[in-house]
Amino acid sequence: MTSIELATSVVLSKECGLAIINSKAPFSSTYGKDALDVALIFGSFEQKVSLFFQGDGVYQLIANQDGRLVSIKDYLKTFSAFEFYDIEDIYVCQQSLVNRQLDEAFHINDVQVLTSIEFGLALNRHQHILRF
Amino acid sequence: MAIVLTFEDNIVATDKQGYLLDHLVWQKELALVMANNDEFELTDAHWEVINFVRQFYLTYNTSPAIRALTKAMKVEFGEAKASSRYLYKLFPEGPAKQATKYAGLPKPARCI
Repeated sequence: MTSIELATSVVLSKECGLAIINSKAPFSSTYGKDALDVALIFGSFEQKVSLFFQGDGVYQLIANQDGRLVSIKDYLKTFSAFEFYDIEDIYVCQQSLVNRQLDEAFHINDVQVLTSIEFGLALNRHQHILRF
Repeated sequence: MAIVLTFEDNIVATDKQGYLLDHLVWQKELALVMANNDEFELTDAHWEVINFVRQFYLTYNTSPAIRALTKAMKVEFGEAKASSRYLYKLFPEGPAKQATKYAGLPKPARCI
């Protein structure tokens, strides 16, 4: 391990809290909505929570989708309210975007695009992980 | 106890606790009837919160729980009105709960 990597991992390891991995596309199942509900509950009680988007989960960050077209509440709109729940750490897997030929353009701000290695490191900083 | 909400000679569909089932049928006069049924008086200060909560819902598709509500209100109205103390004074049974009701919104799922 180089000194830079070492320094990074030391800093990173100080963080903790809950990581929520989103791995499913929106609207085809309730996984995305369930993950959002858990995130907002933790935020409401001032518990630190980070969101990770990986695999088909990255579709949840793509703009111009409306669940109402398939008679489902458009829960993606709620993502814009994350700041009021102190949810600031939002990570997306770059490789997952590349595999799906998606641009790094999202419907919310401050999404951090991470390489697979960075994604794994970021995930490792958390004490608990829930996967949806 | 089932609550029957009558407005302009029509019965408005609500859930068991009196929250509207369809937020799109809401209008100010309907909120006044709901508050009147609860023997609850709505002042300008109440309306400020009610309108804010409704706007929040229309923007973000979710009713804000108390903490998110105070954070969001701070941006709009400043520090003085963005405390749970201020909001509880206005809505003693729980601001998120009561304000969403008169704003015609579903009861917040994650609710204090």
